[in-house]
Amino acid sequence: MSSRTNVSCLHEAKRVAIFGGTHGNEMSGITLVNMWKQNSAEIERNGLLIKPFISNPKAVKKCTRYIDTDLNRAFTPENLSAPDVEGLLYEVQRAKEINRMFGPKGSSDAYDVIFDLHNTTSNMGSTLILESSTDLFNLQMVHYIKKAMAPHTCSVLLNEHPQLKYSTTRSVAKHPIGLEVGPQPQGVLRSNVFESMRTILKHALDFIEFFNSGVEFPPCTVDVFRVQERMDYPRDTNGNITAMVHPHLQDCDWEPLNRGDPMFLTFDGRTILYEGANTVYPTFINEAAYYEKQQAFTTTCREILSANAIRKAFK
Amino acid sequence: SVVAMPTVSRVAVCGGTHGNELAGIYLVREMLKKRADGTEPVSVVTVMSNPRAAQLCVRYVETDLNRCFTRAALSAPVSETSPYEMIRSQELNALLGPKASAQAVDLLCDLHNTTANTGLCLITYSDRDWICLHICKHLEMASTPVRYVHFDIPLNEAYSLDSVGKHGFAMEIGPQPHGVVRSVIFSAMQEGVQLMMDWICQFNSGTLFEGGWVDVYTMVKNIDYPRDSETHVITAAVHPNLQDRDFCLLHPGDPMFLCFSGETLRYRGKEALYPFFINEGAYYEKGVALSLARKRRVQIPSVRSETLR
Repeated sequence: MSSRTNVSCLHEAKRVAIFGGTHGNEMSGITLVNMWKQNSAEIERNGLLIKPFISNPKAVKKCTRYIDTDLNRAFTPENLSAPDVEGLLYEVQRAKEINRMFGPKGSSDAYDVIFDLHNTTSNMGSTLILESSTDLFNLQMVHYIKKAMAPHTCSVLLNEHPQLKYSTTRSVAKHPIGLEVGPQPQGVLRSNVFESMRTILKHALDFIEFFNSGVEFPPCTVDVFRVQERMDYPRDTNGNITAMVHPHLQDCDWEPLNRGDPMFLTFDGRTILYEGANTVYPTFINEAAYYEKQQAFTTTCREILSANAIRKAFK
Repeated sequence: SVVAMPTVSRVAVCGGTHGNELAGIYLVREMLKKRADGTEPVSVVTVMSNPRAAQLCVRYVETDLNRCFTRAALSAPVSETSPYEMIRSQELNALLGPKASAQAVDLLCDLHNTTANTGLCLITYSDRDWICLHICKHLEMASTPVRYVHFDIPLNEAYSLDSVGKHGFAMEIGPQPHGVVRSVIFSAMQEGVQLMMDWICQFNSGTLFEGGWVDVYTMVKNIDYPRDSETHVITAAVHPNLQDRDFCLLHPGDPMFLCFSGETLRYRGKEALYPFFINEGAYYEKGVALSLARKRRVQIPSVRSETLR
């Protein structure tokens, strides 16, 4: 039994948005959002305003990740406060618009929750991405989703790294959640990936509805993978990659990578080993969009986060 | 009886015809690094077909280069304002062809990747090109199945780069997402090209290749996604039972699409056919969810290169 002092009372989450097409070639979210814009029955919940939204419509139309710059890196303080002038990059303009509609970021007017739907070419399965280890609402929601999805695995990626954390589209909201499901090629809609994402959202919205109705969620722990480091491909002096992800590492997202394990295979057949001192858990292994970001994979370490019991605050 | 055929003296290996199909792009880059020293048994020209698209890692810049090799496209007048790929196809035709002339390269191998689970396919316009069929027979690989796919289109209307050579095929390997290079796919392509070159060298030096049988998959028709009649937006995904089942026989009544509404749509054809290019990312805009082929065994004769007089 939890005593009153151990229960965190949080604001009701009344306004929720579901973003698809932050990257215009990640098809699950685009398809779901378009479907729900046409017919929202499936996502309706009592007392909740739920807005399905296409974040980067120009990129979606061209079925490309972005037009001028990656929207999911564009929500920096500089960009959001940039004056409205001619010649602003499309995604910077769009970030300002989204900040107006769903933010302002950091203010009490901002949307309570934004789910940002993504796909990856990496074999990450269903992944929930958090930006804070202390957001109790998000931790409890993620815990609920994982339990509801079992035995289907949902991994949780935490990017709280001071340098590697980036300004995401969803960061406009008080409680941002990234949904990343793979593997799926860009521009392709795979039925199993689509249905997984759809089910995750169903559970997420159920949680919010329960929370808003006054249900108390007991203390819980969440196993997460915390972002450590970005590993680039070996490159030549012209910046071209000289090796590929090794076949033993390919598709092994979330599995331990130990010192001495194969990491890359050069085009002429030479193996390059992982030399790190500690065991790491790689993710985003061979993501198509990250070749230009100098990222062959991201290393993580395992951590267990704790969350207090939570309940909606009474007015 | 043995069929005598001219030696395959000039070979072209092309990559990057689609700028985001990376195995061929990296293989061509590696091949270009190796300087020819004149001792090679076969003259091989290695070409990056669409360098601008490869630079941007996109399929094409203005129009699909691999649809620009029909006789009409190759003889159309072009200017600086023509689409880049229309200009480029004529450049490639001048370099490796001209198509249907005596100056064309003897064999053109065009490297491609697909998001579909096709394994390795040699895709060509003829089901009686003994050179292509013998190469296919020679390509037995542990790492991937090898199949011969035939599009029954007359040469004039053949639209792809491989139709420029006297003999030619696309070497298509999947599954690989566009914009990604997977090491097993790269290795398979490298091995496929190597085995092709081995065959050519042996053939040119007079080796007799015994005839036999090759399974040929001849394209019959394409099937599009179910779409909303007004918006034209797709209303279903390839069914999980069909996804990744390229070249597994599809029977009438088998599931084909799973609608977002939950309904299953089934294959309504009368004839069991072989699906391939199931859920290729680049084909959504072409209105193709999958292609269907008929399979038959083709008998191929023994072949040997003609003795030069």
